[in-house]
Amino acid sequence: MTRASSRVHVILSGTKNPGNSCAALGMAVGLVLTASTAQAQLGSYNPMPGPRGTYAITNAKIVTVSGAEIPRGTVVIGADGKITAVGANVAVPSGAKVTDATGLTVYPGMMDAGTSMGLSEIGQGAAATVDVSEVGSFNPNAQAIYALNPHSAHVGVTRVAGITHVASSPSGGIISGQTAIVNLSGWTQPEMQVVPRAALVINLPRSGFAGRGFGGFAAQNQGSTQDANRLRERQMDSLRAILRDAEAYGKAIDAAEKDKTLPRVQRDVVLASLVPAVRGQMTVIFTADRASDIRAAVTFAKEMKLKPIILGGGDAWQVASFLKDNDVPVIVTGVMDLPRREDDPYDVNYASPGKLQKAGVRFAITSGDAGSETRNLPYVAGMAAAFGLPKDEALKSVTLYPAQIMGVGDKFGSIEVGKIANLVVTDGDLLEARTNTKYLFIDGRPVPLDTKHTELNNTFKDRP
Amino acid sequence: MKTARLTLMLATASTLAAQQPVSSGGGATLIKNATVMTVTKGTLQNTDILLQNGKIAQIGKNLTAPAGARSIDATGKYIIPGIIDPHSHMMADAINEGSLSVTSMVRIQDVINPTAINVYRALAGGVTAINILHGSANTIGGQNAVVKLKYGREASAMMFPGAPPGIKFALGENVTRKNSGGGGGFGGAPQPPRRYPTSRMGQEEVIRDAFTRAQDYQRGWADYKARVAKGEKNLVAPRRDLELEPLVEVLEGKRLIHAHGYRADEHLMLLNVAAEFGVKIGTLQHVLEGYKIASEIAKAGAGASSFADSWSYKIEAYDAIPYNNAIMMRHGVVQTINSDSDERVRRLNIDAAKLIKYGGMTEDEALKTITYNGAVQLGVDKRVGSIEVGKDADIAIWSANPLSVFASCETTFIDGEVFFDKQEDLKNRVRKDLQRAELERAEENRVAGQGRRVILP
Repeated sequence: MTRASSRVHVILSGTKNPGNSCAALGMAVGLVLTASTAQAQLGSYNPMPGPRGTYAITNAKIVTVSGAEIPRGTVVIGADGKITAVGANVAVPSGAKVTDATGLTVYPGMMDAGTSMGLSEIGQGAAATVDVSEVGSFNPNAQAIYALNPHSAHVGVTRVAGITHVASSPSGGIISGQTAIVNLSGWTQPEMQVVPRAALVINLPRSGFAGRGFGGFAAQNQGSTQDANRLRERQMDSLRAILRDAEAYGKAIDAAEKDKTLPRVQRDVVLASLVPAVRGQMTVIFTADRASDIRAAVTFAKEMKLKPIILGGGDAWQVASFLKDNDVPVIVTGVMDLPRREDDPYDVNYASPGKLQKAGVRFAITSGDAGSETRNLPYVAGMAAAFGLPKDEALKSVTLYPAQIMGVGDKFGSIEVGKIANLVVTDGDLLEARTNTKYLFIDGRPVPLDTKHTELNNTFKDRP
Repeated sequence: MKTARLTLMLATASTLAAQQPVSSGGGATLIKNATVMTVTKGTLQNTDILLQNGKIAQIGKNLTAPAGARSIDATGKYIIPGIIDPHSHMMADAINEGSLSVTSMVRIQDVINPTAINVYRALAGGVTAINILHGSANTIGGQNAVVKLKYGREASAMMFPGAPPGIKFALGENVTRKNSGGGGGFGGAPQPPRRYPTSRMGQEEVIRDAFTRAQDYQRGWADYKARVAKGEKNLVAPRRDLELEPLVEVLEGKRLIHAHGYRADEHLMLLNVAAEFGVKIGTLQHVLEGYKIASEIAKAGAGASSFADSWSYKIEAYDAIPYNNAIMMRHGVVQTINSDSDERVRRLNIDAAKLIKYGGMTEDEALKTITYNGAVQLGVDKRVGSIEVGKDADIAIWSANPLSVFASCETTFIDGEVFFDKQEDLKNRVRKDLQRAELERAEENRVAGQGRRVILP
């Protein structure tokens, strides 16, 4: 499925499993009038955070995630936006603004590493609000950070559910572009960004019929399997070529830097953007669900000396030992998806994170949603916990693990001194659907809990 | 390949059929020592439930099992009524007859596939009954089917006995965009033909026109019948009209309208037009902006069936808020959560739990949105929707409070029979795997060109 559309409301239902068939009428049209109406509605719903300063959350149960739970303690946030102290016997610095969290629990903010947050506001019928993909097959220099709308209403409703930062990725084509890791708070993209160029997204051309995922190239090729395989070979050759060109380009640039007598290298922004990836300095997110596609991605990454992450991972449990042996982590997308095969066990996808965990594969859980449904991430982890994943692992799979996999484990994912103060104060278990967020801190700033949704609720709830 | 797939499908069906008679029709079942969330009469601790002859026979403490009854120890477990999904397209081999603006003559019951595997998957989420609706391609769509998810039975055995018939109406973008030019899918696929209506104005007119024609048709028959009653001879009966017959049933209050729509204005239009013709709307479906006209919906006596928290997937869903159900509830609307999805139907319990967060519903209020209120909306609340003596034994046992994301459904009963049992399912997996391996080895399922013998017809 395309991640740009909402999970539940996919248009292109096959004949077998009609998803939301009320919508089964084909692609909608970006009518100028309606699209501009929607545009006018964007941008006024996310209240801005309070100032940096010294804050103390006191008398709280502290779920640090990385260490032992503290039944009653204090977390201190410094003026640099970092956690400066945490513990049962921590003194509140003088001048600190105190949030008394008696009866409440502090968690590290959750991270969804598989979204297109801010890139797509209204998936259907408002094409002008969708910026998830570029034209063409190779767009390594298409950077999510430049299309990410800080004022998207999705940002506001997502963060109040306790998801304080995300990896937002482009989709489509063979090389989709670059993922940005951002805090879900800030007036501008530079204020939100934590790692603006965090990963490269590659949709490895699939053999045979297409699975789900970003591209689905073979699906568009209606010819025979032979035709599809021929197309795939051509696409793979092109992909190898551009990566090798980037490697050579990087070497040429370096050589020219060292030796000024060499002829000047004509610069190429496309190849330049690939250099960190081909040198193994930037992770590469491969979208793959089928076992064969996962193997193909890992094998390709080895061949090209890339640092791979699998995004999707529907069948990852089937190739768990292969993934573990190659130390390739998986960001699991389809926990809530229907089983893909008629005779799969009903809980095959619910149970997949539990199986990966038991097999020792590094993994994280994502909502797999472009933006509006990302707020349901904790319940996806909860479902995995209902089907075999230990509860503490479920919590890690949406906090510490995605941060570690995305290379920001030193910044996010647990309540530890020195980490960015993304903290959620709740009245219950973070993963439960009925739990309320009472206080929210992002990047060390207090964030108001108002959203587009609370605003409309307040406007209409008492209408006679 | 086709053969292989067919054979496997059959194998799946037979495997599941083989696991059905966990408890047979008349056999009684005593479930002991559970937390029973009756939904209408509070939550009962350490309580037993006796299921007998397809009904809930007794609820109480220390009940005695009749001779031959199966006994289940449900200590630490929760029991809730079977979940009811008021908006589904499960099992429907066709969804939209969208060629005309009014297709009230077509029937979902004619295209039901009872072997759809998603039925079993929904049972595993504690769902026991669904409302299968026509799609939303046209203003007046086809006739619905309310079914009990008796997986493994024929379609006719799944029809909910006594459920009032219904019909799908649809408003808004899904109806109009078909004609808006430039739609039509990937790669320059052919445009769908233009079809009236292309605006919300036209939608109002289509409904007014259809109701008017139905009234005339109704009068024609009434007149004919009156003259027959008077003893007049040699009369020619009016010609039967399969399009207008169901609409006459609507006018007579015998068929429920389930009206898809998103924006408040279009649903308000429908309530008003219907009122002009003396028609009460059964349910407004989706009704994501119901909170903007909650008083009007309550006053019209219409039900409302919404999504818990879906929004922003299209323009008309951009003002959807998860507080919708709570606001409508407090204005007196009988409201439910539906899935409209074979995937989402499996976790309606979690959707219900969200209503506790968004809008502050109580546990009972939240559970009603996926059980009792659905029964009311579909006109089957005398039979199902709550745990009460005398009601159909359509219930499910859960590992924990179903409003927790950590809970999973363990056993699902319909009419006292087990249609899903997690332990049985786990046991059967080994057998299914063996069966699959065996089928894959079978000559006719081997891939051509890899030593497969040619089988002559």
